[in-house]
Amino acid sequence: MRVRVDGVSVVLDDTTVLGGVDLVAEASAITGVVGPNGSGKSTLLRCVYRALRPTTGAVHIGQDDVWRSSARRAGLRTAVVAQDHDLDNDYSVHEIVTMGRTPHKGLLDRETTADRDIVDRALERVRMDRAAHRVFATLSGGERQRVLVARALTQETPVLLLDEPTNHLDIGAQLELLDLVRELGLTTIAALHDLNHATAYCDRLLLLRAGRAVAEGTPAEVLDADRVAEVFGVRSAVVPHPLTGRPHFVTASMEDGRETATG
Amino acid sequence: MRPTARSSPHLVSGRGFPVLVVALVVALAVTAAFAVGVGTVDVPVGRVVAVVWGHLTGDTAGLDPLTDQIVWDFRTPRVLLAALAGSGLSLAGVCLQTLVRNPLADPYLFGVSAGASLGAVIALTSGVGLVAGLDVAGAAFAGSLTSLVVVFVMAQRGGRLIGSSLVLAGVAVAYLGTAVTSYLQLQANPAELRGVMFWLLGSVAGASWDDLGVLSAATAATAIWLTTRGRSMNALSVGDDTAAGLGVDVHRLRILLLVAASLLTAAVVSVAGGIGFVGLIVPHAVRLVVGPDHRRVFPVSLLAGAVFLVLVDLVTRTVDRPNEVPVGILTAALGAPFFLVLLRKGKRALR
Repeated sequence: MRVRVDGVSVVLDDTTVLGGVDLVAEASAITGVVGPNGSGKSTLLRCVYRALRPTTGAVHIGQDDVWRSSARRAGLRTAVVAQDHDLDNDYSVHEIVTMGRTPHKGLLDRETTADRDIVDRALERVRMDRAAHRVFATLSGGERQRVLVARALTQETPVLLLDEPTNHLDIGAQLELLDLVRELGLTTIAALHDLNHATAYCDRLLLLRAGRAVAEGTPAEVLDADRVAEVFGVRSAVVPHPLTGRPHFVTASMEDGRETATG
Repeated sequence: MRPTARSSPHLVSGRGFPVLVVALVVALAVTAAFAVGVGTVDVPVGRVVAVVWGHLTGDTAGLDPLTDQIVWDFRTPRVLLAALAGSGLSLAGVCLQTLVRNPLADPYLFGVSAGASLGAVIALTSGVGLVAGLDVAGAAFAGSLTSLVVVFVMAQRGGRLIGSSLVLAGVAVAYLGTAVTSYLQLQANPAELRGVMFWLLGSVAGASWDDLGVLSAATAATAIWLTTRGRSMNALSVGDDTAAGLGVDVHRLRILLLVAASLLTAAVVSVAGGIGFVGLIVPHAVRLVVGPDHRRVFPVSLLAGAVFLVLVDLVTRTVDRPNEVPVGILTAALGAPFFLVLLRKGKRALR
């Protein structure tokens, strides 16, 4: 299912956090949103999953205008791995993943065997089925992110939104998570920090700076050394990855190595 | 039996849960009957049951008039008020802790009880409430609603409640209300002061059947509404963005929770005064036993809060006969050690 963002602006306390951003995320593709801290990546995602109402503009998921239909309907279309997960409680992994069934259930419905099967399958899919009865807050960062992906799967939505999903993960856990996301084949929009993750895993990229779109297109079109220097303020070079052969960014600060090069 | 029920990390789960609920219902009935019997004149539990049964079936002919009056007119409403206040404060505590995702939140943090106290103290010391056609309970209710409106206006931005602003606005309004209340206390004569102190520390003494109407309606309505919101509140308790992603209308749920918890607190405080600590510890104790799922926390909090306050009220009447200790002192004195023990045990079971 296609996600279309049309001219979305967000103004908070007279500050324009997002200024007229357009984005089309094609069905079953991974669309990456990249940009420096504070460029509006999370804000854009929050407008899509109905956590923050845009000041102007519209978000469509399929034919649905997200902000003109109900919250519950949005929960049936988009699942989110957000960054705000509170750890000051003792929910078990099973309870956390079962929350994914929330939009599917009526006010007085109880979980059925079918719901429990969906939860069990999702936990197996992310290889966390053995940890089902551990307390979520006691898991490692990588395990927690996998559980949150399992919850998103339990929601059975066509669209998956990931807000910096690899934060705080070790390098193995980062790649494992992104491999899993690619395997799922959902319409995915992911805010990412690591430019090499963005080029390796995304079909399309949107580059934001200070709430505005700088470029949109394939990773090769969007990211080159000049643009990275302009937006992130670092020197960079694209070299072929020695193991995969894909284009790979190597970066250095604007000062680093200059004197050696000239001296 | 699915394996999840056996191996859940919570102390009570699966089949244990209905057993716990039944045990609490039995405990409530037994402690209530016992509490009605104990007092300056002790009435055996058998006679208590006979009197209550007589009134419920409309057959009061064979009852001793004095026993009947003690049991039915004085002690039964008092015990019911204790039970309802315990339930109401516990439910309000669960709502507010989830609403602001802060374990220290309780019904007294949001200025609602400070507003109620101020209203009541104005009525007790100046007679202004009487002029406006309100008795002490009515003035307390008006005071709590006024502070709710102030807190709400200060903590919202474009109609959305902000958790941290809510806590800060609530604390500020509570301090303001307490300051004015303290000033009025200093101006009060000794007779008024005694009434004010008793009210501020909370009491279910002198309850009549008339006091129970609004509170029982508020508790029942909130409890029924909350049973339909357990799943949404689970989502809210792990994060606003997460809840929104799960299809929960976070802003609406927040506002409804604040209104429900405030009305419940106002209804309790207006008839029983400032009974502290119940709304803070009962929800925590319950979560340590059944886990954080609100669909379990609500019914267990409702029952455990009632049992707890009936027991505390019983102690207030018996520890220093014939004097009564204000109930607010004992909720803290009995609740805190119990809670600390549970906290240690609960954490050990989990980790």
